[in-house]
Amino acid sequence: MNWENIFLKKQSGKEILLGNNAIIRGALESGVQFVSAYPGTPSSEIGDNFSYLSKHFKTDFYFEYSINEKVAMEAAIGASFSNLKCLVAMKHFGLNVASDALLPFVYTGVKGPTVISVSDDPSCHSSGQSEQNTRAFAELAHIPILEPSDSQECKDFVKLGFEISEKFKIPVLIRTTTRVAHQSGIVKLDKFKKSKNKAKFVKNYNQFVTMPPRVLAMHDELLEKIQRIKEYAEKSEINTIENSAKGKIGIITSSVSYLYVMEVLDKLNLKLPVFKIGIFYPLASDKLKQFIKNLDKVLIVEELEPYLERETTIAAKDINPKLKIYGKEILPETRELRPEQVTAAIAWLLKKQYKLKNIEVPKTLKRFPSLCAGCPYWLVFNGIKEAVKQSNLKQEDVVFGGGIGCYMLASFVPHNLQDYLFCMGSSIGIAHGIKKANPKQKLISLVGDSSFFHASMPALANAVHNQSNPLIIIMNNSITAMTGQQPYPGITETGRKEKGKLIKIEEVVKALGVENLRVIDPNNYKEFVKTVKDYLNKNELAVIIARSPCLRIKK
Amino acid sequence: MSKNKKINIVISGVGGQGLITLGNILARAAFLEGKDIKMSELHGLSQRGGSVAVQIRFGKKIYSPLISVQEADLVIAMERNEALKSCLFGDKAKTIFLINDNSIFSPAFGDKKLDSFEVIKNKILPFAKKIYSINATDITTEKFDMPVLAGIYMLGCAISKGFIPLKPENVLKAIEDIVPRGIEDNKKAFNLAKQSLI
Ligand SMILES: Cc1ncc(C[n+]2csc(CCOP(=O)(O)OP(=O)(O)O)c2C)c(N)n1
Repeated sequence: MNWENIFLKKQSGKEILLGNNAIIRGALESGVQFVSAYPGTPSSEIGDNFSYLSKHFKTDFYFEYSINEKVAMEAAIGASFSNLKCLVAMKHFGLNVASDALLPFVYTGVKGPTVISVSDDPSCHSSGQSEQNTRAFAELAHIPILEPSDSQECKDFVKLGFEISEKFKIPVLIRTTTRVAHQSGIVKLDKFKKSKNKAKFVKNYNQFVTMPPRVLAMHDELLEKIQRIKEYAEKSEINTIENSAKGKIGIITSSVSYLYVMEVLDKLNLKLPVFKIGIFYPLASDKLKQFIKNLDKVLIVEELEPYLERETTIAAKDINPKLKIYGKEILPETRELRPEQVTAAIAWLLKKQYKLKNIEVPKTLKRFPSLCAGCPYWLVFNGIKEAVKQSNLKQEDVVFGGGIGCYMLASFVPHNLQDYLFCMGSSIGIAHGIKKANPKQKLISLVGDSSFFHASMPALANAVHNQSNPLIIIMNNSITAMTGQQPYPGITETGRKEKGKLIKIEEVVKALGVENLRVIDPNNYKEFVKTVKDYLNKNELAVIIARSPCLRIKK
Repeated sequence: MSKNKKINIVISGVGGQGLITLGNILARAAFLEGKDIKMSELHGLSQRGGSVAVQIRFGKKIYSPLISVQEADLVIAMERNEALKSCLFGDKAKTIFLINDNSIFSPAFGDKKLDSFEVIKNKILPFAKKIYSINATDITTEKFDMPVLAGIYMLGCAISKGFIPLKPENVLKAIEDIVPRGIEDNKKAFNLAKQSLI
């Protein structure tokens, strides 16, 4: 792949782009100046490929992997307040972390236009934790949300997002799902716009300081702004109606579900009116009313919670109370949709003969993901088991706290070392609660090194200060491994050409007041086992930094 | 039914076998022939030796990135046990299965035994119009000392047998565009597949 050509040079023609790469291209065509990200599947290629471009070519943007999504958001807020055009990228869970900064940012609004790209993962292909639907942030934060369905729209909607952000001085969220972010399709390339925004923070107390009572006025202003954006949405080309005035049965859809709908209509040779919603929030409710006005039945095809269905129900009360609305009644509310489910739903609506076949796929052994052969984590996991055994304890006697990263493979055979798993940073946080509940409970909390900087430092400080006594093992493989070997603050490499300052984990741990601390290479197996054993029997908070690099680190 | 003839291909296997590159090559070759394309891939946990499936669709106009059940024209399975998981997309009336006679162990199996290839093929039979097997990994290991070329070799088989309606010269061009290293070896493996015995 000729990266320079595809991302930085070509100003016309077509290319096949992954959804995430189309987001990059859209930002570059818009003249993005400041990009921050924290990795997470299915969003990681956005950061990774911005990083690649900034390392290998001459570019006009600043890029960084921030240590977590909240900090990435805050960095972009600062850059936006300094007048730069900004993009922030993360997976859905990242937005939870960033939300504390997001909500006031929507109140203050932007100075430099800002787009936030968030990737959901229905069916949890690459996520534990929860099957989160980021659409819920629309009402919580009052942030405009655009939902592209394919790569072309990923590019177009990012550009439009910057335009909306500039016009209405508000951050705009682009929500993709795995099937959009990891979908490849043909994209038409356009000219690059050069941003001439000069970076300077010009004081503006009225805009940037959310002290009460000003914050309440900001809330009023925000709602008024959203009303104006709604009017814009009523006329927007990305809320489109296809096959209008073609019958009494219609479909309302958005995101990748739209593609399934169109595929089915094509396959069954049908021309039903389809309302495709590109701007999820604020919803063009008048256009929606127009669409349903003369229909007898409408099918809502959307993944996860029935937001569009609820809005349609509300709209129908005024304009068409007899309308029959079908959605979650016939399509599932959990897991991603599959095209054949949409085929079955549409066929059912039209009373056509089509039965969703119940196919029994032949059984075969399940293939769990596993640690790479030679991964240092094998030694850590085996060493933990050995130390437990040598302490005359059974595995059942010890609670194993899990965290997010390759080390969550501790969950699977042959390790079986995971008794809880939540979110980044919570391994230590929950360990503290368990130990406070019962200080005699033996417990080992596993923490990745990127997870350490991401959200574990406050939990460690809390455990030290409030004096609980877990044994914490920091899996120091010197990289953010699970998401594809991104740099993190424990090394000098960064996401761009320039080196960063290395922060030594042991110095942080010491500074947080931990007294029992050892840094050991688990290849030094006997020593490692002995240390785990000693600390496990000690009943004081202890930290072992198991230091041995990930085998996949790119040299 | 639709006039818009679409080709649906599933490539299944295990993380690390280069399936996404294979998908990218096919998508690129179809693009070079002026077709619309959609491809869907999964990353993440699957990188670590889990099951992976890439779906490629091309034709005049393609909407869905996902293939519906029983609608694959071709399943290329890079690992024989993984071929079983693609049966969801197989249809006795039309689906060709091209299977690499190669078995990859996973620690998840424990001491449970995998099916023999004969048993696997019998299980796939109700979902396949025809099943072809090749020992692509053995061949590319022997000829090039590069088992990773097995995918390209399989692609070569599929193209030369006419299972995928794309011109070989466009696939070769796509290999040049997509493959980051060892283009010559890749092309050789692709061309060598013409002589395969399936
Ligand atoms: C809030 C949040 N952001 C991002 C992710 C995605 N994610 C999953 S694993 C992981 C890497 C963690 O790296 P590290 O702690 O170093 O563990 P390793 O994979 O190296 O074992 C990330 C970023 C997530 N699950 N939640």
